[in-house]
Amino acid sequence: MNFMASKQPENSLLGPESDSQRTLYPYVTGTSVVALKYKDGILMAADMGGSYGSTLRYKSVERMKPIGKHSLLGASGEISDFQEILRYLDELILYDNMWDDGNSLGPKEVHNYLTRVMYNRRNKFNPLWNSLVLGGVKNGQKYLGTVSMIGVNFEDNHVATGFGNHLARPILRQEWHENLSFENGVRLLEKCMRVLLYRDRSAVNKLQIAKITEDGVTISQPYSLKTYWEFSAFENPAQGAIGSW
Amino acid sequence: MTKQQANWSPYDNNGGSCVAIAGADYCVIAADTRMSTGYNILTRDYSKICKLADKCVMASSGFQADVRALQKQLAARHLIYQHQHNKQMSCPAMAQLLSNTLYYKRFFPYYSFNVLGGLDNEGKGCVFTYDAVGSYEKVGYSSQGSGSTLIMPFLDNQLKSPSPLLLPAQDAVTPLVEAEAIDLVKTVFASASERDIYTVRRQTRTCYHKCSWYPPGIHGT
Repeated sequence: MNFMASKQPENSLLGPESDSQRTLYPYVTGTSVVALKYKDGILMAADMGGSYGSTLRYKSVERMKPIGKHSLLGASGEISDFQEILRYLDELILYDNMWDDGNSLGPKEVHNYLTRVMYNRRNKFNPLWNSLVLGGVKNGQKYLGTVSMIGVNFEDNHVATGFGNHLARPILRQEWHENLSFENGVRLLEKCMRVLLYRDRSAVNKLQIAKITEDGVTISQPYSLKTYWEFSAFENPAQGAIGSW
Repeated sequence: MTKQQANWSPYDNNGGSCVAIAGADYCVIAADTRMSTGYNILTRDYSKICKLADKCVMASSGFQADVRALQKQLAARHLIYQHQHNKQMSCPAMAQLLSNTLYYKRFFPYYSFNVLGGLDNEGKGCVFTYDAVGSYEKVGYSSQGSGSTLIMPFLDNQLKSPSPLLLPAQDAVTPLVEAEAIDLVKTVFASASERDIYTVRRQTRTCYHKCSWYPPGIHGT
């Protein structure tokens, strides 16, 4: 007889059923985002792949979006969490506009908001599984920052997420300098994206480059990079170590 | 059904070292500028120092997101204090607040290793050193962070402060002059960066003097 049956509230922190409400691992993911400051603003690049584990499931995912008048957000990691972040930001920008006071949220403010959101979700053990890159220009001031899924954030002259940290950042440390022209900035980003294409298995050869300046955001049409596969090292990769792969 | 294991950690160690040295009428606080994760460098240009009040500065290493949240929390509390008391918090008062704030999260700690430095109400240098959950102590000098095991013995040797074991307890501020202390801090980071991969030579540093009218800015090396 069970007249004192205890019932777990649906959103309690205890019990295995309630844990299915929390993010455990990502499902559909985007790979690296790379961004740098250049003369007139920020340049950001991301490919358009959405992987489902090792399957390349979606090939037209836009992983960079303009936010308000002054910012551009790029995301890697779980795509559905990115879409949720965009919904949060929609509401943020909406309320900002509704003040109708001539003021608008700049990239620094949006970055701070995102950092707080990511950190608070991590505190509740239910993270948004993304690494975000937030760039923008307001009143002539360029800003480029990043936030991880547990809330680690910083700003720098060039940032990258995921594999971009390993492959692109070293190139940027070597070749980035103040006041890059637009052409040189794009060339540098393409160099980084090409390396990622060769070496990151979740990269796809369909990317967009986004630019944000004082005048606004432009996101390019998707295009592919030229690749070269005739390097002699690729022809017989096991030459130096017979029996390896 | 076996219990789900987490496949992510809410903590990360972003590395770095912090140092503070108190003298009779000055206090030097310094921290290196590298932010890392695992074997990667995230950025080479990050300040771990935060000014909490006019005469009180905190240097923190550890998990950067927690450090940031802690800095914001203390800044907010300081603002409320200023509204209620119409004055800035003193360094010893801020020291107690930091301890309480850390202990408040005793069961999901701020992974933040802090050193607080500044001038007390009499204008004498003071340094407070903390662990992640708020136990703290007023000392003459301290270091925290990834290089602290390398730095602390060196400071023990060079600062010529009276031994903390002496009875009656003697004031631990160093007899060195400010210029010597700053030189020592530069040396300390040069040495720690040789052997600690998370610490670099480059540091941000701030120094309080009893005589200076305005609170100091934070200088890079």
